[in-house]
Amino acid sequence: MPARDSTPPDSHWQGVRLHVVTGKGGTGKTTVAAAMALALAAGGRQTLLVEVEGRQGIAALFDVPPLGYAERHLAVAPGGGDVSGLSVEPKAALMEYLDLFYHLGRAGKLLERMGAVDFATTVAPGMRDVLITGKVYEAVRRRRNGGPAFDAVVLDAPPTGRITRFLNVNEEVVGLTKVGPIRNQSGSIMGLLRSPQTVVHLVTVLEEMPVQETVDGVDELRAVDLPIGGVVVNLVRDPVLGTRDLADAVKGRLDPEAVAGGLRTAGLGGHSTGVQARLATLTEGLLGEAADHGERVALERQERGTLAQLRRPTYELPALSDGIDLGALYELARRLREQGLA
Amino acid sequence: MSELARAATSAELLRIDPLLDDPATRILVCCGAGGVGKTTVAAALALRAAERGRRVVVLTIDPARRLAQSMGLRELDNTPRPVAGVDESKGGRLDAMMLDMKRTFDEVIETHAPPEKAGQILENPFYQAMSSSFAGTQEYMAMEKLGQLRARADADAAAGEESWELIIVDTPPSRSALDFLDAPQRLGSFLDGRFIRFLTAPARVGGRAYMKVFSAALGGATGVLTRLLGAQALRDIQTLVAALDTVFGGFRARAEATYQLLQDKGTAFVVVAAPEPDALREASYFVERLAAERMPLVGLVLNRVHTTRAGELSAERALAAAEDLEEVGGHALTAGLLRVHADLMRRRARDHAMAGRFTAAHPDVPVVEVPARPQDVHDLDGLRDIAAAMAGGA
Repeated sequence: MPARDSTPPDSHWQGVRLHVVTGKGGTGKTTVAAAMALALAAGGRQTLLVEVEGRQGIAALFDVPPLGYAERHLAVAPGGGDVSGLSVEPKAALMEYLDLFYHLGRAGKLLERMGAVDFATTVAPGMRDVLITGKVYEAVRRRRNGGPAFDAVVLDAPPTGRITRFLNVNEEVVGLTKVGPIRNQSGSIMGLLRSPQTVVHLVTVLEEMPVQETVDGVDELRAVDLPIGGVVVNLVRDPVLGTRDLADAVKGRLDPEAVAGGLRTAGLGGHSTGVQARLATLTEGLLGEAADHGERVALERQERGTLAQLRRPTYELPALSDGIDLGALYELARRLREQGLA
Repeated sequence: MSELARAATSAELLRIDPLLDDPATRILVCCGAGGVGKTTVAAALALRAAERGRRVVVLTIDPARRLAQSMGLRELDNTPRPVAGVDESKGGRLDAMMLDMKRTFDEVIETHAPPEKAGQILENPFYQAMSSSFAGTQEYMAMEKLGQLRARADADAAAGEESWELIIVDTPPSRSALDFLDAPQRLGSFLDGRFIRFLTAPARVGGRAYMKVFSAALGGATGVLTRLLGAQALRDIQTLVAALDTVFGGFRARAEATYQLLQDKGTAFVVVAAPEPDALREASYFVERLAAERMPLVGLVLNRVHTTRAGELSAERALAAAEDLEEVGGHALTAGLLRVHADLMRRRARDHAMAGRFTAAHPDVPVVEVPARPQDVHDLDGLRDIAAAMAGGA
């Protein structure tokens, strides 16, 4: 049997091993990251889904106990393949790093006694991001049985407003340390993040602020040469009304008589006294809701236009009416595969 | 009535106006997950308080561009500016500012470090990275700025000048938003710990003699850190910490004072959430965290709740009617409107189920709902509408 590629054959992102997923809060970036990890694992691949803010969003999605620093199996992908999960904890990352790379297990204890570890992981701003990105780098580079341990690592990253600072923190470290292993490590991490093996995907919904943050995020990432991946438009709803009805609804031009007639035909409004008044109230209510709906759809169209100007591959995921459970994740993963994100 | 529905209606209503009007309310902190409209809620509360007659300043952390413009905040200049277009007929006033973390940090150094040290600190490469681009600084600086605003308000009041009666604060958009609560303790353990003595030792006593008495551990730690960072970087850090030494103590004292201010009964925490599982999970986290720190939580603002204009018609009946009409033919428009309505009713039911779960877990937390709007807020009128919805409990 020929060796399997790390990337599914139909993916737009051949050769990418680290998928960084960002997005404004509330856009569903954790859900998208989880669906992506599932999609990338299809056909017998191994993926790792990494959380960095300690929110336990992944555990909630996969309905498993809270994740820790030890990797845990989360789900089996269609056609075989496994998704594992990990919640990166800065202090554990630091101790592991000292031990793994410099065999400083005992020195690590010494630094801990000195309070240096506490300082690095809780007091000193910025160090958390250095340690977290270091752990992600280790996972991407890890080898098992002569090949990469994971075909892909999906990072549920900090939100769009913070993503550039987060990913670029090692650049700062390179600037600050002239020599030494920390500098080398930071340089290597930046090397991976800027390589064709990494892309940063941006998740948004069709609302003004998330779209604006996406546009700003793309500009910021571009300014520091970080590789921009796709734009994932999440929670998309198909309009219920036709284009002309929507436009008329917003302008208040829908015919109340026609609507009331329809309601009467459907037997709504009842037969007792007060029918007329009740029918009028119901008609007015429905027309008002249609106007709101029309306004929303118009706004969504405008936001789609703004996103199109980014000229990035764009993927869409629907709003699922029953919320997100494991079954829904498989459904979203299937849609991501069909569209070529995975 | 189902368990959930009863839970949804059992929450006490969070009454906004008595809270805003009460002269005893001096600080109001809005916290919550990113993307729930926290900044908008903070701005709306501030505007309403001002138009009801209080002198208010609102500190925003990272407002959306158009929201900032609606309050006349065109630049990050770290100074409160009067907001134009506010109805001041009741004697109130609204000032607004955006936090500039680097500038706030620089000002702390310039104010509290001896002049010869200040320049040294501001030029240190580690200081520059830490103050401008490192995560975590924002939380410390939000706390510092809040303390400054309050000090200024108290000083103005003592001098008999017009002063802010109410400070409304937005918090950084992440789980670490409450990290500022940890700031005093973190700084404390650092300042009382061995590591700072290690970092400042060479600078303080010119090195060797002092190092000798300080146990071999120091030498070991120096060796390890030099190996990791390189001698130059370690020296930069040591120089910075030694220079900052004079500032740290005051920094910690102010952080402790602000922490106590936050526990004061003049402070009110409002948790903001949207009716989504993630946002409500974060809201629960904030509620529990605030309780653990004995911070005065006044309630939950549940933002972006779907509302309908024809609530008497159930989703099931609307859908059945739509199907009937589609079968009969000739009433496509009405059928479409009924489907729009059914969709809204379902989303409303889902929102209420979410709210019900939150209330079941936190039955003592008062809640007020804010209806979802088709568009984002771009102007003061939009903020007024949101504030009115909060106050009316609509």
